[in-house]
Amino acid sequence: MAGDAIVEARGVGKVYDGGVEALRNVSIDFPRGQLSTLLGPSGCGKTTLLKIIAGLIPSNTGEVWVKGRKVAGPGPERAFVFQDFALLPWATVLRNVAFGLELRGVPREERDEIARRQLAEVGLSGFESSYPNQLSGGMKQRVGLARALAVDADIILMDEPFSSVDEQTRRKFQEDLLVLLRYRQKTVIFVTHSIEEAAYLSDRIVLLSPRPGTVSRVLTPDIGHDKDPDGIRRDRRYLDAVDEIWQILKQYVT
Amino acid sequence: MTMFGRNIPVVFSLAIWFVAWELVGRAGWSTIVPPVSSVFEAGITVLGSDKFSLAALISLRSFAVGMALALVVGIPLGFLMARSPGIGRLLGMWVNIFVSAPISALVPILMAVVGIGETTVVVTVFLFAVFVIVLDTQVGVKHADRSLVEMARSFGARRRQIYIHVLILSALPEILAGVRLGAIRGVKGVVIGQLLVAIIGVGELFELYSQHFLMEEFWALVIVVFLFAFAVSEAIAALERRVEYYASAR
Repeated sequence: MAGDAIVEARGVGKVYDGGVEALRNVSIDFPRGQLSTLLGPSGCGKTTLLKIIAGLIPSNTGEVWVKGRKVAGPGPERAFVFQDFALLPWATVLRNVAFGLELRGVPREERDEIARRQLAEVGLSGFESSYPNQLSGGMKQRVGLARALAVDADIILMDEPFSSVDEQTRRKFQEDLLVLLRYRQKTVIFVTHSIEEAAYLSDRIVLLSPRPGTVSRVLTPDIGHDKDPDGIRRDRRYLDAVDEIWQILKQYVT
Repeated sequence: MTMFGRNIPVVFSLAIWFVAWELVGRAGWSTIVPPVSSVFEAGITVLGSDKFSLAALISLRSFAVGMALALVVGIPLGFLMARSPGIGRLLGMWVNIFVSAPISALVPILMAVVGIGETTVVVTVFLFAVFVIVLDTQVGVKHADRSLVEMARSFGARRRQIYIHVLILSALPEILAGVRLGAIRGVKGVVIGQLLVAIIGVGELFELYSQHFLMEEFWALVIVVFLFAFAVSEAIAALERRVEYYASAR
């Protein structure tokens, strides 16, 4: 399962304008084809690190390499899924899913065809001509995921994608995500503050300490995500991983 | 409208006004208030006259040109001020002063600069309309959803694409509100400009009627101008309602 690193962060540091140091000297590799989570208490800079990898914000020190190239901005090999969905409210679901392709100048029919297929994959067939405000939170994030899948990027960056979704929807979505990723060679970097979510989804868990964020531990639970969802939640290794993470994170929670 | 616990159509309020006006006019208390029926009669004659058609044409042209300039200058300027904080601070104060300043006081000075004629009226319309358009556009763009801009960037949008695909559409409700307020002010601008210049268009007619004490014609013209301003405002309001569904969903 362990592959070569597709994303490498080297000594990344970030200080915001107000003087808040979000990250300090973060060096971490993300292996190709794996789902890695960045997990830590709020304010540990996990979203900042994800956005630096995405090329959306620059780092102050250090650098990020993606597929052997230094990151200077967003690139077509990376796609982002946003915490607040970031759907265009004036565009239909179909157009939202095709938005990345539209920006790249893919002809209308071709991009609509791809978008339709991705919508079907995330289970939203029949909602092509709906508008975002007609959808529930979970459905909106499925649109966000379909949009990221539509551009066929190797790396999908997900910023707390399920945090604005209710618990039951989140569980179902987590299960669907594992199924969706099983046969695709995607590298996923996933930010979350939920221990269970990290343990359930991840091949690899990167624990960050709070402000300034540094890598505290890297865990590889080796649960095996080809099991059925309920099997994972009862698996000894899953339960151990949850416990281990909590033992480490506990010290940061005040 | 509800009165004495009953629903009364809004038109009814208009009817009450007209009845009151008619009675006051009939009573002959004041020569400047003729009965509304004779105002309507005069209105039909005025509307059919060549003099009115010509005046309306000139006034509409000044309004259209002045408004077009206000849109072409106001919207990009609002964008610029929102996107570049330096320029926003530099011009913000002036825009805020001029949006509330009595522009009518400047018209006589304008006359001295650009001459007496249609140009003065065009500039007056422009000055009446442009500042509120700048202000509303700036607010709209400033409050544009930052995460949508970030999303577009993450999918590789170039600067131009961010403007076309995100910022303009995101700010559209505020821009339209500014355009509606600007257009209402623009109608005032036409009349005030022409009244102060006093030789062309509807303003010339106003001057003519009031000097010759043709009160029926005078009031008929007032109603026509009112209706025009109302129609323009309603047309833009209808556009606003069409984009409202996503404004509320932002």
